[in-house]
Amino acid sequence: MSSTEVAVKTEIKARLIPVYIMGKKYEVPETLTIMKAIEYAGYKYIRGCGCRGGVCGACSTVYRKPGDYKIHVGLACQTVVEPDMYLTQIPFYPALRGTYDFTELTGKPEEIFEIYPELFRCVACNACTKVCPMDVQVMDYIAALKQGDIQKAAELSFDCIQCGLCASRCMGELPQYHIAQLARRISGAYLTPRAEHLKTMVANIETGRFNEGLDKLKAMDENTLKKTYQEREMEPATAGEDWAPKDNQYL
Amino acid sequence: MKISYYPGCTLKTKAKNLERSALACFDALGIEYEELPRWNCCGAVYSLADDDLIHIIAPVRDLIRVKERGLDTVMTLCSMCYNTLARANELMKNNEEKRYTINTFMDEEPDYAGEVRVVHFLDYLRDEIGWDKLKEKIKVPLNDLKVAPYYGCTLLRPREVALDRPDKPTVIRTFLETLGAIVVDFPSATVCCGSYQVLGNPEAALKVSHGILDDAVKNGAEALALACPLCDYNLGFRQDAILNSFTDAKEIPVYYFTQLMAVALGIDPAVSHFELNRESSLQLLRDKKLISGAAS
Repeated sequence: MSSTEVAVKTEIKARLIPVYIMGKKYEVPETLTIMKAIEYAGYKYIRGCGCRGGVCGACSTVYRKPGDYKIHVGLACQTVVEPDMYLTQIPFYPALRGTYDFTELTGKPEEIFEIYPELFRCVACNACTKVCPMDVQVMDYIAALKQGDIQKAAELSFDCIQCGLCASRCMGELPQYHIAQLARRISGAYLTPRAEHLKTMVANIETGRFNEGLDKLKAMDENTLKKTYQEREMEPATAGEDWAPKDNQYL
Repeated sequence: MKISYYPGCTLKTKAKNLERSALACFDALGIEYEELPRWNCCGAVYSLADDDLIHIIAPVRDLIRVKERGLDTVMTLCSMCYNTLARANELMKNNEEKRYTINTFMDEEPDYAGEVRVVHFLDYLRDEIGWDKLKEKIKVPLNDLKVAPYYGCTLLRPREVALDRPDKPTVIRTFLETLGAIVVDFPSATVCCGSYQVLGNPEAALKVSHGILDDAVKNGAEALALACPLCDYNLGFRQDAILNSFTDAKEIPVYYFTQLMAVALGIDPAVSHFELNRESSLQLLRDKKLISGAAS
């Protein structure tokens, strides 16, 4: 490849498209995500930006497209700009979080009803589900809680990133994401069955069942350790349910 | 054909005694049903404001869920759920303008035009199962048990969703007769229990509840049979407050109609969660030798 070819390639630039950030028009490269477009336009993030990887939920964005009455949502770090989109970011939306002493809760639905009585203001309009950037069935988990099914609410809300857009759209003024968080806490602490085998394992560790093996490993020189690791018995990828290692002294 | 069963929130929390006893009866009667896998609150109260369409969204959404399952009939046990769902259904069937507004608002759902039929377990028993078939299944006739049938409001009013003659209903009377009970008619059978007034004006609610119970007792009833968790709250749970407030008040057990049916069908009383009723409820059934077990 000659040096002139390289020079020509660097001349290629992304097409600029118009977007409206909080109502003001900017020309931004069409390849950018909303987050980068906002930075390209000159804004600096001090809130409303977190992992930049689509996980944390800090950068929930609301936008509209020309000729479309629908409210669109997405995470700014994951959504690519489109021509003439009107957008803004909502880094925080006020929602009342109930206060409670978690150790005093027992897992009865009535406890959630008492902490969040506004639960019963839901009219099933479904605006919360429609606005959720993570496609959580928000209205359905609220319905599950009204039915006293905390486990179902915990499962349905599992993907919630606490962005708060549900609360921003709620006709009944519910703080859905806080209620769901309480449901998941109760589910984890009080309703999900304990793993009994874990207790046995912890007891085994405490009585020193694995000390000898660990001491042996700690005493090895580097090369023996490497060799032991490489020669360890591994479960084959095609192993069936009934597979068991030959050496089962630690099981 | 299989029917869709809509439980309602209260039946999953405070009124387990209504749901569990009914489900056991469904099985005993061979009713093929499917509980809606996805449903929300029915709305609880049908809004009386003509243009308050947002409160019609919840019941219509439930009816859409039934339609989605490919079933044409939805059955309720709670008379308030019945009322709300049935009235929303009538609106969607008959009011073209409001149907359009509601369907347009719910743009994420398929359109709905009242294709589903809403029934209550009581009219389903009368019209689909038939009293004769119910009678054949009775194992423990409720002989000697004097029960007053209490309808309240929502099974009978307004007229367009009434499952019986609003002025002179007979469905619970015939139902109790079929179970073998002695039916005690009383003038307050269709008087409102006080409903949600218990929240805003508890004294007023207490007064009407007392009137109903007093009427039943004076006509010789030993128990009341009803179909509504809110009526049960006012007439059953609140009886302690009634007994404290009115010196002439007398204790009277209150049952869901499905609990009495479960007893008559010989279903294990543990299924019917009598511990959620007044303590005297189980005692009366034991005294009448309708259920076994030592009186506690």
